Amino acid sequence: MSSKILEKQQLSENVFKLVLDAPKIAKKRKAGQFVVLRIHEEGERIPLTIADADPVKGTVTIIFQVVGKSTAHLSELSKGDILLDLVGPLGQPTHVEKIGTVACVGGGVGVAPVFPITQAMKNAGNYIISIIGARNKDLIIMEDEMKSVSDEIIVTTDDGSYGYHGFVSQALEEKYLLTGTKKIDLVVAIGPVPMMRALCDVTKKYNVPTVVSLNSIMVDATGMCGACRVTVGGKTRFVCVDGPEFDGHQVDFKELIDRQRIYLNDEKQCYDHYCSCKQQGKGA
Amino acid sequence: MEMKERLKIPRQPMPEQDPQVRKRNFDEVPLGYTPETAKTEALRCIQCKKPECVEGCPVEVDIPGFIALVAEGKFIEAAKKIKTTNALPAVCGRVCPQEVQCEVKCVRGKKSEPVAIGRLERFVADYERAAGEVSIPKIEKKTGKRIAVVGSGPAGLTVAGDLVQLGHDVTIFEALHAPGGVLVYGIPEFRLPKTIVAAEVDYLKKLGVKIETSNVIGKVATVDELFAEGFDAVFLGTGAGLPSFMNIPGENLNGVYSANEYLTRSNLMKAYKFPEYDTPIVRGKNVAVIGGGNVAMDSARTAMRLGADHVYLVYRRSRQEMPARIEEIHHAEEEGIELHLLTNPIRYIGNDKGWVTGIECLQMELGEPDESGRRRPVPIKGSEFIKEVDTVVVAIGAGSNPLVQSTTPGLKTNKWNYIVADEETGQTSREGVFAGGDIVTGSATVILAMGAGRKAARAIHSYVMSK
Repeated sequence: MSSKILEKQQLSENVFKLVLDAPKIAKKRKAGQFVVLRIHEEGERIPLTIADADPVKGTVTIIFQVVGKSTAHLSELSKGDILLDLVGPLGQPTHVEKIGTVACVGGGVGVAPVFPITQAMKNAGNYIISIIGARNKDLIIMEDEMKSVSDEIIVTTDDGSYGYHGFVSQALEEKYLLTGTKKIDLVVAIGPVPMMRALCDVTKKYNVPTVVSLNSIMVDATGMCGACRVTVGGKTRFVCVDGPEFDGHQVDFKELIDRQRIYLNDEKQCYDHYCSCKQQGKGA
Repeated sequence: MEMKERLKIPRQPMPEQDPQVRKRNFDEVPLGYTPETAKTEALRCIQCKKPECVEGCPVEVDIPGFIALVAEGKFIEAAKKIKTTNALPAVCGRVCPQEVQCEVKCVRGKKSEPVAIGRLERFVADYERAAGEVSIPKIEKKTGKRIAVVGSGPAGLTVAGDLVQLGHDVTIFEALHAPGGVLVYGIPEFRLPKTIVAAEVDYLKKLGVKIETSNVIGKVATVDELFAEGFDAVFLGTGAGLPSFMNIPGENLNGVYSANEYLTRSNLMKAYKFPEYDTPIVRGKNVAVIGGGNVAMDSARTAMRLGADHVYLVYRRSRQEMPARIEEIHHAEEEGIELHLLTNPIRYIGNDKGWVTGIECLQMELGEPDESGRRRPVPIKGSEFIKEVDTVVVAIGAGSNPLVQSTTPGLKTNKWNYIVADEETGQTSREGVFAGGDIVTGSATVILAMGAGRKAARAIHSYVMSK
């Protein structure tokens, strides 16, 4: 089914938010699930986590970072434009229960998918410590939204331009795990793969269960093709139907990083082609 | 024409693209009959009183009936005749294994060669489409009954076509963005042009079938929710959409694909037109395809068209046991696909960047027959060897996708998670829920799925009308 863009907002230099008309998906989706969209006939299928939804208004919100041709194209659409296809909700929802204190960690645009999980964990009665980070102050997104569902929040920047100077994994270790001031029962972490890997290395040391949400390459996203396969605890799993969330201490991050690079050259070729077409005013 | 003369006519060949040319393009391989060759071929049919060919057809097409019309040059009427029992003649004329169904039963095959039923079916369907005279059969009075069909592959399309003609209100729910199921994601353009699938789907829409694409049943709505929405019956034709892997070391290396992914990228997403289309695909120079079925042939021939220097088809049994159609194996060999029979991969070798660089295989020999009746391949000790490859496509079969079964309480499945359904009616363990095609039988053929759809449609009709 197609879907109309109802709102558009730029959150940082390369990060955009779209509110989409999708009543059926809005009604069914749970925290942790995602949608797949296709912009136009020649477009690829793009999986994006549902950042928020309003079942009454019948809308879902997606937040994405421009990383290549398809996301660049998506960022150029305006309110009122129609996405050719939108399918969802896909993937397993987050397992939400009251377990005590949950640290919700988001890196870069990963804060967007962490938000609905944080919200659900908060609603379930957990004490929420949020740690959100980015390279610099301008790239921090959704700070107010995260504050509204957190009991404590730390903002980190790699360059120290805002908040804690360092990585989210360092902040978690230094402020909580090392001091032991607050026992953390579960960590939920979403962000770039190197960030999730670094964070899992830290939490493993302290034996804190850690859930990560993976954004593998997908095609159909219904379990049909296996493009998204990942090794978890020595077993091959499909991120689209078995995930996207897995025990971070069991994920083979090296393989995941390699697999995310399969189409690096193709993606660059596609993006360059798109950019040069745009410069010549031809559209693409 | 006298019968004696008709018996002298040889089976008319169908022209094909030259192998050296077609191995580098995605255009259709056979070029089809002309009206003249079609009429000539049709004259070969001796119009048996008790036509055995019809018994060989899972959807019971009136074969002598339509062929008689072809012989008279009444091509549009011939198409109409087929369509009374088969809503997808242009597809079936191309992908049905006629050599083991209708044509194997043809009496002409006893002394000479069977009548080319498939080629004639294809011809009349193409003729009708080109003429723009696609006829709409009579639709029965509206019954007011609503039927949900889950999956728009061959089974679902057949069920929908049959039930809409009986006056029911039919909605197909398709998970992908384009209708057609395996006809669009699985079978390549060079074997089944997608414009043909689109035309057949369009025909169903003209009959009144509604198609909701991008709707994953089991996610956006469950079977029970479909009933709650007011559907009177549900047909499950979700296919065998779960890729099988061998679980050998290195299978997750970059460049190792399931056939489902490889073909979906190329066919549904049109990666062969990258960068005009956005979806990329690895264009390997040395490609190994694992398996010996039609999907393996499709994958191998796709790899060749994507520019490979060598495509190795690695199959653990011998040529006799290959499940692929003989015609497909023949086409593949003509295009330069190299068959490595009695060969079984045991691991994939990769470089430090995680890309596949080689495949280690074992030579096999045939031993005693196994439970499938085929001689079991047994490894030859010490026969290991390594072949350099940069792409691998694993085409060893597909399992059942659990999305619907796992969200439908009370729906009985077997040990492979296929849905248990009555062979004659498609009735499942849940009232009002019917199933057919690969989700019941496991991977089979387009026409068998259509046959199951036909039977289920009859049963659904009597079920909803008796309610």
